[in-house]
Amino acid sequence: MPTDVILWILGGLILISAVMSLALRNLIHCALFLMVCFLGLAGLYLHLNAVFSGLVQALVYVGAVGIILIFAILLTEGGGTETGSHLGSQWRTGIGLAVLLAFALLGAVSNSPQTTQAARHTEEPTVREIGLKLMTDYLLPLQTIGLLLTAAAIGAVVLAMQEPKPRKDETP
Amino acid sequence: MVPRVILGGGIVKGMIETARNFVGSYTDASRLTTVEYPEQRIPLHANARQFPFLVFDGTDPMAGLRCVACQICEKECPPQCIYIIKDSVKKPDYLGKMQMQPKVFDIDLSVCMSCQICVEVCPFDAIKMDTEFELSNDDRFAGLLVNKHQLAKPNSHFARIHPAEAAEVDGRLAAEKAKAEAKARADAEAKAKAAATSPPPAGNPSSSPPPKS
Amino acid sequence: MEPLKGLLSTLWKALTDQPDPKAPFLESIPEDYRSLASAVLSVAPILMVFPLLFALTTVLERKGLGRIQNRLGPNRVGPAGFLQFAADGLKTLTKEDVVPRAADRVVHFLAPIALVIPVLLTFAVLPFGRNLAPIDLDAGLLFFFAVSSATELAVFMAGWASRNKYSLLGALRAVAQMVSYEIPLVLAALSVVMITGTLSLSAIAAAQSPTPGSFLAPWYVFTPWGLMGFLLFMIAACAEANRSPFDLPEGESEIIAGYYLEYSGFKFALFFLGEYLGLFASSGLAITLFLGGWNAPFAFMQGWLPSWVWFFAKLATLIAVFIWIRGTLPRVRMDQLMGLAWKFMIPMTLLTLVAAGLWHRLPSAPLRWVACTALLAGAFLVLGRVLMPRTRHGRRVYRYAD
Repeated sequence: MPTDVILWILGGLILISAVMSLALRNLIHCALFLMVCFLGLAGLYLHLNAVFSGLVQALVYVGAVGIILIFAILLTEGGGTETGSHLGSQWRTGIGLAVLLAFALLGAVSNSPQTTQAARHTEEPTVREIGLKLMTDYLLPLQTIGLLLTAAAIGAVVLAMQEPKPRKDETP
Repeated sequence: MVPRVILGGGIVKGMIETARNFVGSYTDASRLTTVEYPEQRIPLHANARQFPFLVFDGTDPMAGLRCVACQICEKECPPQCIYIIKDSVKKPDYLGKMQMQPKVFDIDLSVCMSCQICVEVCPFDAIKMDTEFELSNDDRFAGLLVNKHQLAKPNSHFARIHPAEAAEVDGRLAAEKAKAEAKARADAEAKAKAAATSPPPAGNPSSSPPPKS
Repeated sequence: MEPLKGLLSTLWKALTDQPDPKAPFLESIPEDYRSLASAVLSVAPILMVFPLLFALTTVLERKGLGRIQNRLGPNRVGPAGFLQFAADGLKTLTKEDVVPRAADRVVHFLAPIALVIPVLLTFAVLPFGRNLAPIDLDAGLLFFFAVSSATELAVFMAGWASRNKYSLLGALRAVAQMVSYEIPLVLAALSVVMITGTLSLSAIAAAQSPTPGSFLAPWYVFTPWGLMGFLLFMIAACAEANRSPFDLPEGESEIIAGYYLEYSGFKFALFFLGEYLGLFASSGLAITLFLGGWNAPFAFMQGWLPSWVWFFAKLATLIAVFIWIRGTLPRVRMDQLMGLAWKFMIPMTLLTLVAAGLWHRLPSAPLRWVACTALLAGAFLVLGRVLMPRTRHGRRVYRYAD
């Protein structure tokens, strides 16, 4: 049982906000709780001394992905409150499967080498080292991701740009 | 030329102008045109007008009131904000002739639109435009209905607010008065001469020529 | 008694640029409470100084804008009107707190808090003086941007929770604007990071210290790429803070207050505070990155005044420039705003990066000045010319009238 109080607090925050983001009726509330979950994750990374990961988690997930999520909800008329139960008709099966999955994951995590072996003390990677590694050893994945993002951005612009072309017989 | 070509040139020009305004507001009087009302006031220009008032000559407001209750202003007023009731008692005007006077002369300031038509049509220079604008009142009905006692203001007030106009009116009225006096003197002289040269007529009105007025 | 003497000694050390200013106070505190005391000592000055600066700025802004607009600003409360902020503060505190009936109460309540907290957090990494950075993070710049990106969420929360279509419209505009202008902001800052080689803001400020024997301090703004980066950073910071001429989301004459329309009293004051504090933080970052942080402009001036005096003098200058711009320029339309961000500023910031790299590689001679200036000036002129609207003089074409 870890005695790290902050770990318990952050873990609780992450779990509770994740559950709330699934359980609430209003989709925007769900999205906001998801943001809290992301912030909790960022806190967790910072607590584990992965400074770069934590800050980038906050920057990208909360600042960018969260905004995209909210825009997506708003633009697809999800801003209202749902009525009626949203549990679905086979919720018992769902819960059973989820419990099985939880056990499987817990088993995998507790038997993994990271948990069973003693933690080796490694140097916390500075941003400089991460940058150097990205530019030398991991250059190809970096460029591929860049290409992917560029393609996504261009695709978004093209999708947004297309106007329905007027037919020949219609007046423009 | 420069602002058109370079992006941001217009911004720089604008910023120089506002900087000039900022600095000039401390040094140049024409740059800071704001006046801290009500401690400081801008002097009103000559043709400023707000609501009408009644002019009186002399010291007694009711006796010296020029208004003869002819009711022309009441009829000409477009929003019909003037209300006049003639008095049965007459009073002498500045020439000495007996004229009628208003018993009631009310103006509803909430209706008056300051068009000055009442001033333009008054044959007796009795109603003129005042410049008083701080007339706020708690009661928007009775508080803005002014009667003839509140409207009567001396000619000196008129001369102070519209000096040129007051001078012109005074000149004209003085000329009329002088003419009337000259005529009265001429009439008196003619009468005295007529009384001196011919014996007083024995009561035959048809024989004596009719008096020229 | 001891802690008080330690506190005074700490204050003296901090104000006179001596190293390790927190030591005297911390030594006078028992061992167990030292970390807490250290944290409080870092945080309390920020919480005291910057809201006061905010209050002063509101008064100065109103007076400054008044003078620019041929009128006096507030001049009744206090000497020459300088206690106006007290009157405003009292007013906001005592106003009735109105929450619309259809509004989402929890989110409505949390939005101003969610705005002010990240903004206050960003002050933690700014170096206010030689040894006066509250937290000296190795990735300070990244922390700054990560935390300030949380303000966009707060803006959205404010607009959406009010259940008012104008608030929502204002909020979406604001979020789109802030997201769009974050890219040139980060890219402009990136050129400085590239040259300095570190993300730590204290190190960036220290890198612009004058070396003995030089005349001009090596501020980055004195280089072509630094000047262009600084200008772009300032424009982007103005847009991030929703400040005129980019205050379309507030749009006082159109959608009244946009996303904080339904807020009254102290919550409105918190939004106002958050906005201005964001402006101070962005200005502080611009000063640290481009204007040499706490360094004097000339080498011989370095010892004349304490380092924090230089920092706050530069901050005051930047605030004055923001007020000046606000009094000068009309509001930018939404599509013009977006066009500026995506079509002009992003290419310019990328070219600034290229110019910074060029500066670093070329030998220090007239060559690098000429090359970088030519690149940036040429790009500015070309992009500006290309993007300026071409007036089409011809027959007017009506699209929908038959």
